[in-house]
Amino acid sequence: MYSPEVTRASNFVQGVDTAFLVILGVSFFFLISLTVVMIYFIYKYNRKRHPVATQIHGSTKLEIIWTVVPFLLTMVMFYYGWAGWKPMKNAPKDAMEVTVYGRMWNFSFEYENGRRTDTLFLPKDQPVKLNLKALDVLHSLYIPAFRVKQDMVPGLEDNSMWFEPQKVGNYDLFCAEYCGLQHSYMYSTVKVMEAEAFNDWITDTTQVVLSAEMDTPANTGKRIMQNIGCFACHSIDGSKLVGPSYKGIWGAEHTVVTGRETRQVIVDEEYIKRSIYDPNADVVDGYMKGLMVSYEGQLSDDDIDNIIEYLKTLK
Amino acid sequence: MQNEHAANEANYLKYQGKYKGLFAWIFSTDHKRIGLLYLYSIMSMFFIGVLLGLAMKFELLAPGKTIMDAQTYNATFTVHGVIMIFMVVVPGLPAIFGNFLLPIMIGAKDVAFPKLNLLSWWLYMIGVFLVIAALLFGNGAPDTGWTFYAPYSFKTGTNLLPAIFGAFVLGFSSILTGLNFLVTIHRMRCPGLTWSKLPLFVWTLYGTAWIQLLATPVVGITLVLVALERFFGIGVFDPALGGDPILYQHLFWIYSHPAVYIMILPAMGAISEIIPTFSQKQIFGYKAIIASTMAIAFVGYLVWGHHMFTAGMSGTAQYYFSLLTFIVAIPSAIKVFNWISTMYKGAINVQTPLYWGASFIFVFMIGGLSGLVLGSLATDVHVHDTAFVVAHFHYIVFGGVGFAFFAAIHYWFPKIYGRMYQKSWANTGWLVFFIGFLALYSPMFYLGMAGMPRRYYDYLDEFHSGNILSTFGSWIMVTGLVIIVVNLVRSARKGKPAEMDPWHSKTLEWTVPSPPPLENFDDIPVIAEDDGPYNYK
Repeated sequence: MYSPEVTRASNFVQGVDTAFLVILGVSFFFLISLTVVMIYFIYKYNRKRHPVATQIHGSTKLEIIWTVVPFLLTMVMFYYGWAGWKPMKNAPKDAMEVTVYGRMWNFSFEYENGRRTDTLFLPKDQPVKLNLKALDVLHSLYIPAFRVKQDMVPGLEDNSMWFEPQKVGNYDLFCAEYCGLQHSYMYSTVKVMEAEAFNDWITDTTQVVLSAEMDTPANTGKRIMQNIGCFACHSIDGSKLVGPSYKGIWGAEHTVVTGRETRQVIVDEEYIKRSIYDPNADVVDGYMKGLMVSYEGQLSDDDIDNIIEYLKTLK
Repeated sequence: MQNEHAANEANYLKYQGKYKGLFAWIFSTDHKRIGLLYLYSIMSMFFIGVLLGLAMKFELLAPGKTIMDAQTYNATFTVHGVIMIFMVVVPGLPAIFGNFLLPIMIGAKDVAFPKLNLLSWWLYMIGVFLVIAALLFGNGAPDTGWTFYAPYSFKTGTNLLPAIFGAFVLGFSSILTGLNFLVTIHRMRCPGLTWSKLPLFVWTLYGTAWIQLLATPVVGITLVLVALERFFGIGVFDPALGGDPILYQHLFWIYSHPAVYIMILPAMGAISEIIPTFSQKQIFGYKAIIASTMAIAFVGYLVWGHHMFTAGMSGTAQYYFSLLTFIVAIPSAIKVFNWISTMYKGAINVQTPLYWGASFIFVFMIGGLSGLVLGSLATDVHVHDTAFVVAHFHYIVFGGVGFAFFAAIHYWFPKIYGRMYQKSWANTGWLVFFIGFLALYSPMFYLGMAGMPRRYYDYLDEFHSGNILSTFGSWIMVTGLVIIVVNLVRSARKGKPAEMDPWHSKTLEWTVPSPPPLENFDDIPVIAEDDGPYNYK
């Protein structure tokens, strides 16, 4: 949260955290002092020690004081909240633009040169404006380390947010507006790079969809599958969704329908690849044909290898 | 004594009218029986909601699947929210304690329209059945969240329209109760009971009644618009038809935000009765508390937009909604100052209701102060739609209304049932519940500031420790709840008979026998010049 390595990850952190400090500081002061006073009164004026109450009807002076003082304090808080928020509303003209598409249940990012990714790659110290497009329902793009959040509203034109990343690193990016079944799996990563590294990356056209490398091939595979939305229809816990579950899939024997024939297959690399590139060739018995479309062209062979590594872990 | 004995024979619990058994209750127009009907029906819904909440917390004990799949989890938090908001906390205190106490507190024999009052309970039950039916039939329980945000709620094939219709019927029950209370308070005060001598609980019911009457019809407007869109394809909310999903959010919160004040005002009223009684002292700043009640009721209409700071509203709208939100915080602060000042130089009798009352002030302060974080623009952008919001509104809605409810039930229990509960068990229950409550909801403030979004079936490892503590807290809190409820249920049947005025209070309900006779008063009381609800000598 306030750990030093993410502090100042974006240009808004300071303004937002100052507002937090002011509000929480005042709040803790009042919470603690009022609680202490209350407990003290309950002890001191317990009827064992103070058997006869002194009747006091009130005090206009005190009422005025505790109306005016909180009013002034809340106006101070309002000011800091406003001051930290105001710059979020005006994106600089020279900001780099990235279009973000939110759909159930993944984000994709499109750069000005047409490159599309599932991870938000950004150069350090460059203002960036994200144009937000929701393709189906409400989503919300939230990067906690940057202190920014904006809902993505289907049908709303000119919906954008901006910020300037100021520290190299990987940051969580969440969907914060509830969007259905896999809402909690709709997250991605912001990868902030030095400007030169970013320029090398953005001009490299050898890959179609890019995922940030994770620590192991299996984790990379999981990320790819999250990002292209596999888990919307395939569970990993054995429950039956639109498509068959991935649980225990590797090496299992499946009954599939090929054309009009029913046959047995062993789930191996070749079968998985065929299921991704030509999903309607073999359809697991009991599931509908024609629901899944081919991912050919969207995934590289490396991606498929990583996916297989991940599927192997789902025992 | 003779007189008291005679009155007890015809007390409202034992009174035998036209019907017998269950019918003697569900067709009774006696405001006290109707109050208890609400108590039993609302508590039943509350226990269902608690079980669902417990299941959610269990699921979040560890990342990944713990006991249920994502679809079940999403349905669980939706049904939990719908039940707790629309069926428990919104009707909550006004329907239970308002019905039971309002006529007695103002020296009347019943509310102005007893039959309408019974109809309100029936409408409540019909609303409950409609909503539950909408939840259970159709393509499984809905998974939209209790806010039913467009356009997701229109896409899931769940029974949106019947659910909103059910919410409207529940709302109608609320409107009629509000109307009934308004007329009762205006027309049926006993001689000498001027506006400046009304108990503060009655004043909060008065403010609440206006909100019920004026804000609830918005649910009806929303229902009509949803129906137009569904049946005639007129694009109102659904962007696929050219509608605006943000309009739905506006309409939803124009009702649902004032509804928060429907919940909290009577809670504040109950606390304003309990603190003076157990301090044996005049309430501090009677008029200031009334003024703050009415200020909350009024400004509360104008702050709904603070639920939508990141939704895509104009900057100007956000600015004003933030400013007004800070202003509505001030009357609540005034109340806290006055409550604590009431204890100053009192002769404080530390009993179970005071434990609940004092802990109410504590959790209500946390709930209110965390609300400042959400009312402020910069900080709200960060913590909106995170676990922080969940912590905040549970502190207000459960901490505020829930603690006030338990304070009220332990305060008025001897009057309602004519029996006393076991004090030691009641205090133990309070302590366990209080500790569990803090452990359950406090970690969510941290989780939200660390960036964990709400309505998350699964979460990243970095959020694990906070969730473990929260889940443990839920077990402790429910243990406390079981102790409290078992003690009360047992005591309602077997407790020691209660005196007429066990706490030495000054409001009128303590001048009638416990439990009160059918029509409360043999003779309508007359309030003398120097009498008043808080005139302790």
